[in-house]
Amino acid sequence: MKISEIATVLEAEILCGEEHLERKIISACGSDMMSDVLAFVKQDAILLTGLVNPQVIRTAEMMDIMTIAFVRGKKCGEDIIELAKERGMVLIRSPLTMYTACGRLYASGLRGEDHGT
Amino acid sequence: MAHSEQSMKVSYTVLPDDFMRAGEASGALKKLLKELGFPSDTVRRCAIATYEGEMNMVIHAQGGVVEAIITPDTIELELRDTGPGISDIELAMTEGYSTASDAVRDIGFGAGMGLPNIQKYSDRMSLTSEVGVGTTLRMTIRSG
Repeated sequence: MKISEIATVLEAEILCGEEHLERKIISACGSDMMSDVLAFVKQDAILLTGLVNPQVIRTAEMMDIMTIAFVRGKKCGEDIIELAKERGMVLIRSPLTMYTACGRLYASGLRGEDHGT
Repeated sequence: MAHSEQSMKVSYTVLPDDFMRAGEASGALKKLLKELGFPSDTVRRCAIATYEGEMNMVIHAQGGVVEAIITPDTIELELRDTGPGISDIELAMTEGYSTASDAVRDIGFGAGMGLPNIQKYSDRMSLTSEVGVGTTLRMTIRSG
């Protein structure tokens, strides 16, 4: 699924990385606990989170996650957007709750890394 | 070091109480390993393990030092701090056990997963600590 399609499904606005919206995403994880995100390696994943702080960007960086969706319309500071830009990441913001955002993406065919196990 | 010409030592300082910059050392190490041409799996394992350790130093100690000795097939990491130390290492290693504050939980850490994650991603780890003196975490990550 392309990031542009994900943004449409999540009714999301693009905070940075407009030039990368054609990138393909093949898995997803939703969590507010960064150590949980760090516990499982995912390929070409999007991270959905209600947490907004620099450590979300750092965590994604370590995991090679290049796309982050902030849910529940969370406000995002310029410092965080700057960190993401420096790393070539895409940040999007969705007004949906975590549950609904994950549900919509799953229903659209984007599965988690534990799918089928 | 049998092949000293093929080894490289780097060192990074981790600042205390700086949640904006916490992760910079791990990020810099990750970038270096990538530039040196290590496989992405090795780079990622190193980055994650170092990052968890770096966060621990910021959360529990007053920052510290990250040192890496890089050879073509292994990365030896040593994270040293002069923080409060860990009185019961076995308990600290237990998944889900954490002494982190609510403020730390608010930024997504403190789930008691840090040390278990470090163990998971490294090929060998050892933790030595003395209460009131500090903690040293050593990790080995083999490439490939």
